[in-house]
Amino acid sequence: MAKGILGRKVGMTQVFDNDGILIPVTVVEVTPNVVLQKKTVVTDGYEAIQLGFMEKRAKLANKPALGHFAKSGTTPKRYIKEIRLPGMMEFEVGQEVKCDIFAVGEYVDVQGTSKGKGFQGVIKRHNFGTGPMAHGSKYHRGVGSMGTIAPNRIRKGKKMPGRMGGETVTIQNLTVVRTDVENNILLVRGNVPGANKSLLVIKTAVKKQK
Amino acid sequence: MSQQIINLVTQEFIKNDLPQFRPGDTLKVSVKIKEGNRERIQLFEGLCLKRQGGGVSETFTVRKISYGIGVERTFPVHSPLIASIEVVRRGLVRRAHLGYIRGLSAKASRIKEKR
Repeated sequence: MAKGILGRKVGMTQVFDNDGILIPVTVVEVTPNVVLQKKTVVTDGYEAIQLGFMEKRAKLANKPALGHFAKSGTTPKRYIKEIRLPGMMEFEVGQEVKCDIFAVGEYVDVQGTSKGKGFQGVIKRHNFGTGPMAHGSKYHRGVGSMGTIAPNRIRKGKKMPGRMGGETVTIQNLTVVRTDVENNILLVRGNVPGANKSLLVIKTAVKKQK
Repeated sequence: MSQQIINLVTQEFIKNDLPQFRPGDTLKVSVKIKEGNRERIQLFEGLCLKRQGGGVSETFTVRKISYGIGVERTFPVHSPLIASIEVVRRGLVRRAHLGYIRGLSAKASRIKEKR
């Protein structure tokens, strides 16, 4: 059965595993999510569940949103996301989803928004090599060739400087290290995309199964 | 708030019964070693070169001379594999990192005892 939950990245630390080895973990705060809606093939053309995460004041929600929350009998939520995986239909509308849906050792994919880097050159953005910095060279961090002159234009998809970061990134096959229902904490081995306090979507791994 | 949550996660690993030690001290570290099902304790005795990091991630480096060859080992301070740390001798040093000691001869690398 596929599972998914929304969380907030708290930061990274290290914990000792059963063999006494120090492993790096990311701490994710997962206060109970609520299933707001179920999308079905009949009504929507696909299967998914819609989750709400983190409280917000009723004043911050508009009337249509309040109506939507009332349908599942919950208070207004700050983040609403759909999780679309095969076999999500076991969740019920209004059901609370907690971090204990994942077992320790299970593989998950974690999706987040990477840190924005601003306008960056090709060396940082596309891993180009640099020119010589000395020996009379005046070509240091440029973009290099724009391609053959034959088409008299620059081919589409040419890697050039521009905005970097701030995009949706998924890290696959991370291991769940610990689930703490009491404190609503989930520990995932390794790093996850995004800044601290940013929203994360944690889903059952698509590729690697336990 | 974030730091509080992180402390909550790591507090169970933090050892409170550690002796106070700092770079320059000579330490006796008892390390648990697992061989199949058996567990035994190995001693690693030497000079503490440095302590790095904080919280659960804090580590310390111990240097000893084994058959004329310098050997350094870095341990996490709060590691469950460390049975005990014993301070054999307190050294008088004025640095937090004693990397300079590597290049010195045995005679020059002696450290005065703190009184």
